[in-house]
Amino acid sequence: MILDYETLKFLWWVLVGVLFIGFAVTDGLDMGVGALLPFLGKTDEERRVIINTVGPHWDGNQVWLITAGGAIFAAWPLVYATAFSGFYFAMLLALFALFFRPVGFDYRSKIANPTWRNAWDWGLFIGGAVPALVFGIAFGNLLQGVPFHLDEFLRPYYSGSFFGLLNPFALLVGLVSLGMLVMHGAIWLQLRTAEPISSRAQVVAKQAGLATIVAFALAGVWLTVGVEGYKVVSMPALDATPNPLTKAVIREGYGWLANYAAHPWTLIFPLLGFAGMGLAILASMSNRAGWGLAASSLGLTGIIMTAGAAMFPFIMPSSTNPNSSLIAWDAVSSHLTLSVMFWAAVIFVPLIIGYTTWTYTKMWRRVTVEEIRAQDHLAY
Amino acid sequence: MLDSTMVELSRWQFAVTAMYHFLFVPLTLGLSWILVIMESVYVMTGREIYRDMTKFWGKLFGINFALGVTTGLTMEFQFGTNWAYYSHYVGDVFGAPLAIEGLMAFFLESTFIGLFFLGWERLSKRQHLTVTFLTALGSNLSALWILVANGWMQNPVGSEFSYETMRMEMTSFSELLFNPVAQVKFVHTVAAGYVTASMFVLGISAFYMLKGRDLAFAKRSFSVAIGFGLASILSVILLGDESGYEVGDVQKVKLAAIEAEWHTEPAPAAFTIYGNPNNTDEETHNAIKIPWLLGLIATRSLDTEVPGLKNLMAEHEVRIRSGMIAYDYLQQLRNGADTPEHRAAFEEHKKDLGYGLLLKRYTDNPAQATEEQIQLAVKDSIPEVAPLFWTFRIMVGAGVWMLLLLALGFYYNAKRVLEQKRWLLRLFLYSIPVPWIAVETGWFVAEFGRQPWAIGEVLPTSIAVSSLTANDILMSLTGFIIFYTLLFIIEMYLMFKFARLGPSSLHTGRYHHEHPAHHAAEIGDGMTPTTAPQKPLD
Repeated sequence: MILDYETLKFLWWVLVGVLFIGFAVTDGLDMGVGALLPFLGKTDEERRVIINTVGPHWDGNQVWLITAGGAIFAAWPLVYATAFSGFYFAMLLALFALFFRPVGFDYRSKIANPTWRNAWDWGLFIGGAVPALVFGIAFGNLLQGVPFHLDEFLRPYYSGSFFGLLNPFALLVGLVSLGMLVMHGAIWLQLRTAEPISSRAQVVAKQAGLATIVAFALAGVWLTVGVEGYKVVSMPALDATPNPLTKAVIREGYGWLANYAAHPWTLIFPLLGFAGMGLAILASMSNRAGWGLAASSLGLTGIIMTAGAAMFPFIMPSSTNPNSSLIAWDAVSSHLTLSVMFWAAVIFVPLIIGYTTWTYTKMWRRVTVEEIRAQDHLAY
Repeated sequence: MLDSTMVELSRWQFAVTAMYHFLFVPLTLGLSWILVIMESVYVMTGREIYRDMTKFWGKLFGINFALGVTTGLTMEFQFGTNWAYYSHYVGDVFGAPLAIEGLMAFFLESTFIGLFFLGWERLSKRQHLTVTFLTALGSNLSALWILVANGWMQNPVGSEFSYETMRMEMTSFSELLFNPVAQVKFVHTVAAGYVTASMFVLGISAFYMLKGRDLAFAKRSFSVAIGFGLASILSVILLGDESGYEVGDVQKVKLAAIEAEWHTEPAPAAFTIYGNPNNTDEETHNAIKIPWLLGLIATRSLDTEVPGLKNLMAEHEVRIRSGMIAYDYLQQLRNGADTPEHRAAFEEHKKDLGYGLLLKRYTDNPAQATEEQIQLAVKDSIPEVAPLFWTFRIMVGAGVWMLLLLALGFYYNAKRVLEQKRWLLRLFLYSIPVPWIAVETGWFVAEFGRQPWAIGEVLPTSIAVSSLTANDILMSLTGFIIFYTLLFIIEMYLMFKFARLGPSSLHTGRYHHEHPAHHAAEIGDGMTPTTAPQKPLD
């Protein structure tokens, strides 16, 4: 089947969203668990229990992030180029934090020295908390527009600074991101560990869930009244050869509400964000952590889609030269590349979900201190 | 114009992080198959020693794999962070194999690796073997896709420049996939990985034999790796990279530079075994040559010429002048003068646009370049010869050394007199670093030999960078060096510790350090065996 260019451009916007959501639901959980590790595990054995709940899966989960990066490179090359080079030190901060995870998981329990193990525990904390925060901050900046422009040969120039990224609104979005992943990780631990870790996780799930709901609501209000949105006022046909320099864009108060006003059904996304998080808290409190995990997954999806739907078709608006903004219609790859990549995704994503599910099923049980003792030299 | 210090630093950062990443990749590629072989024997025969072998070499595999993943993350980020113009200019083509690598290979490898380590108690024998197999398949598939991407950098087929989108666009996915350079590179690179893993297992097994401990374990490990290693080194050498040099001008330049051949010689060309190549004089001093050999290796014939560097540079000068015209028309097209005449004129010179862009190093407007700038760009159109000349010879020397060693090891092992050849065991032990020297110099030849191009004849490295400052990159490069050095120390510490400990680290109670006499003194990691000591196997 040959899909037309316009459809493929839209489908790739959806697919990048799917990859981000896949990342948040799977690896987001590992990041939440990492961020909680030093606090919920009081002894070495308890910490090993926590680590081993995600031990067999974190590496596969991380590939959602890697593939999202690869997909943006292939489908939205200008976005990959502009965002990664513009957010240079923020990206490197996330990258250096991520370094701690592969080595932390694998090396920590290979030596029994407490200083060694404690050091890696804090490494895993950094590897979980810092990327969760940085990715949220990056989203917060996308929503406000990023100071960059493109020259006539489409070379991107970023004119902001690293500290400019750490503005109050972006930090608030960073907290939403950190909060939701911590909650997600806490519910996972409630489900997959035994007492006393399980009850400690239950308490955190409630606190982090409430904090996320409050931060999400505040960010919504702030976005409405305090952040100007962007609007395309003229552009070539949707299936035109992509050229990000041929459109006209203006900044406008309440601009990010335009899509919700034009298509009220999209309000389902913020509602899903709130309802998912709320139901996750309720399920967690009534000891139904399995349902809680499903609800928090929906909550994460709702929150991510809320930002996506508000911005569509914008991916990376430019605050200094709005006409240079990158949108889903003109920052994309060629028809052939989008097509090849689309079919690759159609074939492989269901396969990936299939075998990932198999691995979760095989490893499914509550991890206990007794089990860690019995498998001292095998477990992480 | 871009700051040339910034360009240099970006190249250094890429070189440091990519070569560091490749310290870990080849061992993963090969050791994963060695694990599959060992575990298959276990599943077929039910003999526990093969399960122990899988678990022990798997432990070392894991220590290495963790850093492979860590440093691989950098590679994923770095095209965007430091090579932004590259990412824009070729993402349409280069990004596709990378994304497919994620979907088809990384997911497979990374999803099952966790079960390889932690699933022994939860999977049936066959299920676990399948998991090991899928991990190996995944890591090798990832090599396929990244080498499809890299092969395209060397020989950019299946794509065309579009002035409207100001980038290279894919025209044929199958040409990209079946790029002859990519095919040759894949075979050469994975086979080099298999050799690396074999040398690693052989060297450490030789160490146990020299120490006279865990002999049954060491001999079986040696036997698995020696056959695998010998077959692999033969394919590395016989199916080596040379056939790739027949394709594409970049490869011709690389070949001439490796051989330090400045002037086209009458066929068949001589092979320079020693010499001092000098880019300023455009001569190779004190050369010692073997008649005919280069022509035979490079063209597999007696009458085909291997073009020399000065002859290639003369061709490049013509293309640079044509590229200036291409650049002129491109500017006009981009500025709205989009008539059929302009388009036709641009199309005529389009294939030389990349050569025109070489002038960007010296002027903002290549169309108006001076004669002096053109001559500078011509000088730039070939890589520095001496480093290539030498690294290539080191790589070949290392390959020949390993071939001899593996052949001897295979012979004495087959005759069952290996243990008496202590000199050979020692050579195996001390040769553990040799495959790494070979693969690192090999990649150096491949990538440094591609210069001045990021994408052969399409995009010069000097304009492929991000619009950052030299200071930005100095900071990040320092960060990488500090971080990577620390990680290297930690990794080597663990690798040495567990290699010395040997299969005793599995705490089965069957191995050397677990025998009562050695146990307390030598385990040293404060852990006690969880199962009661059983009868030792040797």
